[in-house]
Amino acid sequence: MPKRSDINTVMVIGSGPIVIGQACEFDYSGTQACKALRDEGCRVVLLNSNPATIMTDPEYSDRTYIEPITPDFIDKILTLEARRETPVDAILPTVGGQTGLNCAMEAVERGILDKHKVRLIGATSSAIAKAENRSLFKEAMQNIGLDVPASGTARSRNEARKVMERIGLPCCIRAAYTLGGEGAGFCTTPEAFESAVELGLRRSRVGEVLIEESLLGWKEFELEVIRDRHDNVIVICSIENVDPMGVHTGDSITVAPAQTLTDREYQQMRDSAKAIMREIGVDCGGSNVQFAVHPTTGRQVVIEMNPRVSRSSALASKATGYPIAKVAAKLAIGFTLDEIPNDITQTTPASFEPVIDYCVVKMPRWTFEKFPEADETLGLQMKSVGEAMAIGRTFKEAFQKVIRSMEIQRAGYGLDKNDRWLESRSQACLAVGVAVATAQVAQPTGADRQDKAPLVLGSRQGEAPPDVDESSARGWPIEDGVLRTKLQHPCQGRPYYIRYAFKQGWSVDRVHELTGIDRWFLDQMAELVEFEDELVSRADGPSAARSHDGTGGDAPPWTRYRRFGYCGQQLRNATPIDGDGPREDEETDDTGCFKLVDTCAAEFEAATPYYYSTHEAPLLRIEDGKVHKIVDDEFRVSSVPHVIVLGGGPNRIGQGIEFDYCCVHAAQEARHLGFRTVMINSNPETVSTDFDTSDVLFFEPLTHEDVMRIIRRIDSEGTIRGVIVQFGGQTPLNLAEGLQADGAPIIGTPPESINLAEDRDAFQMILQDLGLRQPPNGTARDLAEGRRIAANLGYPVLIRPSYVLGGRAMHVCNNEEDLNRYVSDALAATDRVQAPPGGHAILIDKFILDATEIDVDAVADFRQPNDPRGECVICGVMEHIEEAGIHSGDSACALPPHSLSPTILEEIERQTKVLAKRIGVCGLMNVQYAVAGDLVYVLEVNPRASRTVPFVSKATGVQWAKVATSVMLGHSLRDTLWERGVGRSPKPLMTSIKAPVFPFHKFPGVDAVLGPEMRSTGEAMGLDDAFGPAYAKAMIATGLSLPLRGNALVSVNDPDKPRVVPIARELQRLGFKLFSTIGTHRVLKAAGIHTIVVSKRAGAPQGFLLDLINFGVMDLLINTPVHYGAAWEEGQWRAAAVARGIPLITTLAGAEAALEAIRTMHEKGGHEAFGVKALQDYAAGLK
Amino acid sequence: MRCALGLEDGTVFVGRGFGCEGTATGEVVFNTALSGYQEILTDPSYCGQIVTMTAPLIGNCGVNTADSESTGQHLSGFVVRELARLHSNHRASGTLDDFLQAAGIIGLAEIDTRALTKRLRTCGALRGVISTEIDDPVKLIERARAASEMIGQNLADRVMAKEGSNWPAESGAGQFNVVALDCGIKHNILKRLNAAGCSVRVLRGDSPADTILRSEPDGILVGNGPGDPAAVTQTVSTLRELVGRLPIFGICLGHQLLALSLGAKTYKLKFGHHGANHPVLNLDGRRVEITSQNHGFAVDRESLEQVGARATHVSLYDDSLEGFSCDDKRLFAVQYHPEAAPGPHDSDYLFGQFVAMMRRHSPPT
Repeated sequence: MPKRSDINTVMVIGSGPIVIGQACEFDYSGTQACKALRDEGCRVVLLNSNPATIMTDPEYSDRTYIEPITPDFIDKILTLEARRETPVDAILPTVGGQTGLNCAMEAVERGILDKHKVRLIGATSSAIAKAENRSLFKEAMQNIGLDVPASGTARSRNEARKVMERIGLPCCIRAAYTLGGEGAGFCTTPEAFESAVELGLRRSRVGEVLIEESLLGWKEFELEVIRDRHDNVIVICSIENVDPMGVHTGDSITVAPAQTLTDREYQQMRDSAKAIMREIGVDCGGSNVQFAVHPTTGRQVVIEMNPRVSRSSALASKATGYPIAKVAAKLAIGFTLDEIPNDITQTTPASFEPVIDYCVVKMPRWTFEKFPEADETLGLQMKSVGEAMAIGRTFKEAFQKVIRSMEIQRAGYGLDKNDRWLESRSQACLAVGVAVATAQVAQPTGADRQDKAPLVLGSRQGEAPPDVDESSARGWPIEDGVLRTKLQHPCQGRPYYIRYAFKQGWSVDRVHELTGIDRWFLDQMAELVEFEDELVSRADGPSAARSHDGTGGDAPPWTRYRRFGYCGQQLRNATPIDGDGPREDEETDDTGCFKLVDTCAAEFEAATPYYYSTHEAPLLRIEDGKVHKIVDDEFRVSSVPHVIVLGGGPNRIGQGIEFDYCCVHAAQEARHLGFRTVMINSNPETVSTDFDTSDVLFFEPLTHEDVMRIIRRIDSEGTIRGVIVQFGGQTPLNLAEGLQADGAPIIGTPPESINLAEDRDAFQMILQDLGLRQPPNGTARDLAEGRRIAANLGYPVLIRPSYVLGGRAMHVCNNEEDLNRYVSDALAATDRVQAPPGGHAILIDKFILDATEIDVDAVADFRQPNDPRGECVICGVMEHIEEAGIHSGDSACALPPHSLSPTILEEIERQTKVLAKRIGVCGLMNVQYAVAGDLVYVLEVNPRASRTVPFVSKATGVQWAKVATSVMLGHSLRDTLWERGVGRSPKPLMTSIKAPVFPFHKFPGVDAVLGPEMRSTGEAMGLDDAFGPAYAKAMIATGLSLPLRGNALVSVNDPDKPRVVPIARELQRLGFKLFSTIGTHRVLKAAGIHTIVVSKRAGAPQGFLLDLINFGVMDLLINTPVHYGAAWEEGQWRAAAVARGIPLITTLAGAEAALEAIRTMHEKGGHEAFGVKALQDYAAGLK
Repeated sequence: MRCALGLEDGTVFVGRGFGCEGTATGEVVFNTALSGYQEILTDPSYCGQIVTMTAPLIGNCGVNTADSESTGQHLSGFVVRELARLHSNHRASGTLDDFLQAAGIIGLAEIDTRALTKRLRTCGALRGVISTEIDDPVKLIERARAASEMIGQNLADRVMAKEGSNWPAESGAGQFNVVALDCGIKHNILKRLNAAGCSVRVLRGDSPADTILRSEPDGILVGNGPGDPAAVTQTVSTLRELVGRLPIFGICLGHQLLALSLGAKTYKLKFGHHGANHPVLNLDGRRVEITSQNHGFAVDRESLEQVGARATHVSLYDDSLEGFSCDDKRLFAVQYHPEAAPGPHDSDYLFGQFVAMMRRHSPPT
């Protein structure tokens, strides 16, 4: 059946800013959907507020609206589109995550769709309602005879007891209608049950608790299912969670396909999934269905289903090669599965179930180091910010590869510098005089823009420690009690403690009892541990290991070693290096090869070059009586010059979708210029890992060893024109020097020049040379020296450790007391580093008060420093809303700047250009300035793609990463711009605001204050013709809907007190009722502004502020911090505001901007008064 | 224990042996099912074959007492990428290794099964030898080349049970009595017939027509089995006598034998269909069924249509014939496995269709 004739224009809803639980997987699905719809001749109207997405590139839709994702804005867009010749016929809400789905549903409920005669496609509103509503879903499942967890509700303790008698213990108790799982708990004893019920009844606003059968410890599975309108249902992929029920899927290590189900059990699950699709009524799209299986009885229960593409379907797409989002989009407009070809084989249809002949492991990436107050225990609420996926022929191989992909300084499952067992062993051996190698640093890993660390091959300080709490494992052996606790409580370090448990002789059964992890997975890990013991215990080293063949026909140990997924680094760590060290083994190892991901386990030839690396035993070919050894490598050679783009690895705070956006553009531009582009990345959520983004895709860890293998393979046959490292963020940058040393042709700004900007002394020289100003600064190695320097510079000062990512342990110190407190933090943060020459140091900068921070992105084509033929073009100048001292990633910013004078702007542009020339930038560059009065200070220079490139690209209508790629590939900047019709100083099309979103509500109790340490996970963009409405839209897009009136709290620190007066006055003028704490109250009273005093502590005669927040009395909080942390009262206010979703502003600059937005809304008559405009219309200069 | 697989095309894979020791020859095929190795190992249709699983991790669930598809052992060899050291499943009663050992099947692990699969895809199914005894690759290849060809082999003879058996319907007395002709029939076919309300009398596939009719069946099911259908001449001639006299349902080899009995031709596929994900288009409803398949031969559609049969199902992979019916003769058959085991249950409706046909023919008393 062909495309439906009644659908010509489809509105696609994206998922908005990246938040925990909703990351760039929806850029992948949205981009695929837009492409698929347009391929079939549909006109696409897109709504998404996230500028860092590929899907919001104007060429992916006919009309690209970067506007807040709310029903109001849908209404506005539908109205505007209806005025044009082709009104929207249908909305596709299933590719934009929960945000897209919820927004579409709200629009349906409010009658907006009916009003415009627009229907939902992909999933009907009744199907969505049935799937999303707990009780409707449960009822539906029972209707079709499927098992669901037993449950009941109770409004009293008596009722609760009755429900419990039916369900039994243990059970799970949730308070009805509470925020974020508050009041939820498991109980195993009657006493615990009683108190949990009591607590739950009290917590619930309606005095009701939900009692549910506990599935804690059950095995967890997911099926990715697709159904078309002919009722053809297929399962794309099965996924098994290594962590059993109790840990959110997003926080679980997961494996595809399912490993511990017999066919009978799997088919039962498949039958259920099909029945669910039919009952719920998803009739043309994809869904995800989750099951729990009791480990000893095999009872299967249905947990939930999502009637849309999801994080898991992104994983399933990358794991199998089956483009779920693309197919789902085509089904939504009327195609059936047998009419859609399988892109991979091109000869068979999409109506089959992919089979894979490898094992896929996904591991979540957390960033708890950013939230030291947060509870690290994993539970029902997702806490990870990203994930990596690895493909191997076996679980063991994929498991090691995924650990290496995590950017946590681990080379695999142990045998690296973070391995406490290896450390203890080395020490023990040293003590008895046996020469053993000490572990080398795992691999060069991340550090961020704030870092000034020289790039030393293989010894770069990384970011997150592997297990924030591994300090509890000091000493060897680890105490049984510590191990037991570590195994019982799911946390990010648990796999490593499982290893330690095996090292200490614990059995698989014992570990299973504590973790609930299936024995099969545990034994896989145990097998690695045992093999490693065998390897390490060979006292005579690897050469003996090499010749050993004690296991009869077994593969030689070296081969087994590689096939178990170990990397060379681990072997070097594990075995002594003698005369003919293991390096030789590595080079003579002939088992490495690349295999194809083909959806069909080699049954058919695959057309798409999507590869993973593995190690395989060679096969023998007997020809003319001679025996040839061949390892079957499937990489297809091409004589076309190759350009390799290194991606960014797993998302984490400080490195997210923005870099993937740049990588995708680099690949597209290189392909456009006629090169065969090769993408290497390990992040399954991204557009870059779609097999059609580049000509060749390697789904691989981004480590020196893994990347060099690919480079050598390509180089052995074809030609490599260049390797691009400057777009993927810190991950590839850290590899640059090592790759170059091994002969890889890095193109663009050379690593030496990148380092030049990172080397503090060299950089200071350059600035002096160029006559540019830098905040006065010094380097201290201890507290005393720090005090001396700070006193010389004068407070406030900014301190930071020398080798960290994303502003780790950076602090602004207003006085010596602060300094005393934070210097030890900063010094401790460098503890883990191998001491640089001269020892650890902290950097102390004079903190420029009241400075405005400016971000500049530029592209240049200097082929060497001071190249006279080079040019530099300013892409955009962004003015930060929040003052200097707030991490640039956490600050809102405006393009064009809203308060800078033309003279300052000109000066900033001039400085950027001379810096680019002096450093020899070829490609992108980002410079940060602080402007105080007439003075411009250079804060830092990063000669690479920055987080703001996509935002600037959207704001100016120029795809700067593509421009940079063209330049890096040898074209002149002048020609490149000319070809694109871009002037030498392109002007922004409108006022653009970038506003960050924070994950604070996922970490209850954490102080939500901004600082030099980056903690935002994503950003939204607001566009309009003026600052006020643009800022207001950006705020709405981040989910922080500014109130137009109501109760506002004003409580600011002493330095801010003078400046708060006009803000308070304006708030009052706009009709807000003001509350304040006593100090602020006095200042405001003196200025003639009346406020109601609130108390900071309970029990005082005035209203207790925390209560006022908790009871929802406050509508807006303006609170600049005196103290940081949840231990302080103010920290608790802020945490409470976040928990209640009350707008919280922690800087005066932020308050001023918010005020302007509120004022604009007042003038325009509220939220409804905003206009909408597509990027294409801005570009065309339409009013 | 060292073990090697030699192919007639001159390729040798050396890995680790498990299960039984010794040397065996057979036709090497691959199966792409992700689950269900126990069902595959016990499926008599694999008689005379060395099966490699494309799924790399095998043995994870061990083996249990309920999932076997026959009581005998039929494979010549079983090849996997990695054999699980420990199995984990609540129904498991033993390890795969022990199971193979008891069954006398030679297992080979730790070879590049993907490379092997690609060779079979390119060259077609190949004769091979699996051995824990022969070290010399040249000798292995000689042995592989000396093995007999699949074409012309009547393997059904080897796997049909010596004696018949009875499979009463689940709820005591069945609505219908069915004779199932055993050419290596899978137990799940019988179980699905039972579940559909049939009591089944299993008779050897070479039973003469009058023996079959003596048990007064309401319908006949011709089951699956190994080898070249054209060589199973006895059953074909029996079917020729029975066709049109009572409802007949053919599955896999049964599908081929029925086609032959009608006068159609069969031919050997390049590397066959072996897996649990094959899309089949049901021409009647234009619906797609995801099916379990295991066959090396296929029915020539044109020759079948010439004798008056109607194609009902075709493979969406290669357009080959997957099912036909002769409504006037109350006969239908499918090339794939509606009984699954392993595989999806999409086509289970066919058992109901068979019952409906019997009901029309002879309403239950």
